[in-house]
Amino acid sequence: MSDENTQDQAGGETDTFDLWVAGTEEPQFQPTDEGRQEISEHESEDRLAAQFGRVVEDDYVFDEDADDDERMIVNMGPQHPSTHGVLRLQIELEGEIIRRTRPIIGYLHTGMEKTAEQLNYAQGPTNVTRMDYLSPLHEELAYSLAVERLLGVEVPPRAAAIRILMTELNRISSHLVALATNGLDIGALSMMIYGFREREAILAFFEKATGLRMNHNYIRPGGVAADLPPGWKDDVAAILKEMPVRLQEYDDLLKENPVWLSRTRDVGIIQAEEAIAYSITGPPLRASGVDWDIRKVFPYSGIDQYEFDVPLGERGDVYDRYRVKVEEIEESLKIVEQVMDSMPKGNYRIDDRKITPPPRARIDESMEALIHHFKLFTEGFKVPAGETYVAVESPRGELGCYLVADGGPMPWRMHTRAPSFYNLQGLPIAMADSLVADTVATIASMDPVMGDVDR
Amino acid sequence: MTTVERAANWARTRSMFPATFGLACCAIEMMATGAAHYDLARFGMEVFRASPRQADLMIVAGRVSQKMAPVLRQVYDQMPDPKWVISMGACASTGGMFNNYALVQGVDQIVPVDIYVPGCPPGPQSLMHGILTLHDKIMTREIVR
Amino acid sequence: MSPVLEDLKEQFEAVVWEDSHGQDVARVPADAWFSFAGAAKEAGFEICGDVTAVDWMRLRPERFEVVANLVSMQHRIRLRMITSVGREDPTIASLTPLWPGANFAEREVYDMFGIEFEGHPDLTRILMPDDWEGHPLRKDFGVGSVPVQFKQAHQVS
Repeated sequence: MSDENTQDQAGGETDTFDLWVAGTEEPQFQPTDEGRQEISEHESEDRLAAQFGRVVEDDYVFDEDADDDERMIVNMGPQHPSTHGVLRLQIELEGEIIRRTRPIIGYLHTGMEKTAEQLNYAQGPTNVTRMDYLSPLHEELAYSLAVERLLGVEVPPRAAAIRILMTELNRISSHLVALATNGLDIGALSMMIYGFREREAILAFFEKATGLRMNHNYIRPGGVAADLPPGWKDDVAAILKEMPVRLQEYDDLLKENPVWLSRTRDVGIIQAEEAIAYSITGPPLRASGVDWDIRKVFPYSGIDQYEFDVPLGERGDVYDRYRVKVEEIEESLKIVEQVMDSMPKGNYRIDDRKITPPPRARIDESMEALIHHFKLFTEGFKVPAGETYVAVESPRGELGCYLVADGGPMPWRMHTRAPSFYNLQGLPIAMADSLVADTVATIASMDPVMGDVDR
Repeated sequence: MTTVERAANWARTRSMFPATFGLACCAIEMMATGAAHYDLARFGMEVFRASPRQADLMIVAGRVSQKMAPVLRQVYDQMPDPKWVISMGACASTGGMFNNYALVQGVDQIVPVDIYVPGCPPGPQSLMHGILTLHDKIMTREIVR
Repeated sequence: MSPVLEDLKEQFEAVVWEDSHGQDVARVPADAWFSFAGAAKEAGFEICGDVTAVDWMRLRPERFEVVANLVSMQHRIRLRMITSVGREDPTIASLTPLWPGANFAEREVYDMFGIEFEGHPDLTRILMPDDWEGHPLRKDFGVGSVPVQFKQAHQVS
């Protein structure tokens, strides 16, 4: 180990604020300063072009003659009620108009890619499930698919169907939170209460099936952790019956609401070319009218057997992104219904004792089962050397897992292509030359999950 | 017969204003606690204050990175006395499963913590239990020594 | 192999093509990195899906591998291009002039591995604090915990 990990992190000189702090004589805190990561008054031409979004198309109205006194740099976050976690934005304002935006991220950096190198393949899903905490099952699915591809195994049809069922339910719960927080940020507080209410119904089912409300570690290499609980069909059927009614409620509340329309229509526009150039995927891309869904293009886990449509927007504004999410909930409901009706019988994980543990009862009677169990949970299984990239369509876009194996029981390198991380690049473009009052609506509609951005 | 102390403590517990300090997964459970199903309003604290100047309880909900640590301390310093801190979840309390370069191994290295809520993430019930335990703690606190 | 890739194969003779579990991988020499990417963009790869890196430490003569995942919407195929970068002064051409979307990803690789991208408009740290020393995802960077950045914590009453 080098001594790099024990050095002083707060080097350099720092100012202290002249601010009264409760109960203290001296100011106690240092200002936050991320140096070159922050927006600065005098930038090089290249950096400016990137921040204006001029790289793609120079259609921005920028008053070159404006005085420095007319511009103001405003800091927003990382602790801000409307930035969806610990996103920090620095915004250059000219009066009420946003000129430049610079997202500063990393406030939730957890070092998960490093931690993944310390965990064996069976422990891996525990780690990745905590990345995008609104869609944990998608993270597990991407990781498990990558491990399975390296192993060269195929999961039984029932395991694949359970995976689709759970991930599509997860998409619904994730979009519900996105709608809820989007509503909350714009002032539609009822939407927040509604969204979390319906999410509880899905989480209750998740808790029954996986044992946890979030961070399930349910989808694992070789299948899923446990079979669906008895009576799962009734629970899913209840969700399927309830959700369309609730969706109608949301539509009554928002779809043609003039206040909602005026706050979201033609706000935060991202055009299709910009979205493609900046690697934006998921609902923000489809809201711009680009028909691109990993489930259709590169199907995984047998999702091509089910019929569903890909909802598209036209203008790429906040309203379209909201509509795409609502319609995706409807499509996911369709998939869930089809999976429920056609759930195959059989094993819920691979019957290969080198990858999945033996049933608990077998350990008591079979020496071999005991050895397999012991080997799996101490050393873990080995994966042949190689590298692969697997992508799934998470509620936020293309979620990929790039896995490099060196032949041992732990990955040599695990990298996640986080959709929010790339979607965040679209934020400066969406916000350029818009009003500062629309900032919050735009951020919320991009639906960044900071756990996913920073990992 | 009640005492002034008891009355003051009672008033404090019945109108706590938590600061919004959502960081990661636990923040979603914190929001769920405040939303319809679990309804934190029953304990007089559904109003999450965006400004630390108006808050007296900080629920550290999620993992605290090295980059976030100074910010967290700054928010805490801006809260007026008396103030309390709940460390919600395994990551905030101990660093959880991420014992690596990026995370602060326990938020108690930065701010004094009153209540630790276990779980990954703690369910809304656990958080409410933590809050009620904090209420008990406040009720036994001496105002004047 | 799709005809699009066949064309690319003819253009660049130095590139080694592999089939990695059913995915097309192009191992590109470092000096052809940008020109190959440009040709790939011409051939219809509109999206640079991801840029990342792998640290091989002593296992390989060239320490780092830079990996870019390209996606073609019109042809509906993926291509992964990989190049090797040396131990001393790891530098590679930036893909941002072709795909502005590679901006954040290359900043992340710079932050985590210390690989410099030539021609990147804004090469700064992105995930770690600006005054952080070392590159966390390098294999010789320890995993363990580090002291808290805020140093006045002990003064709390």
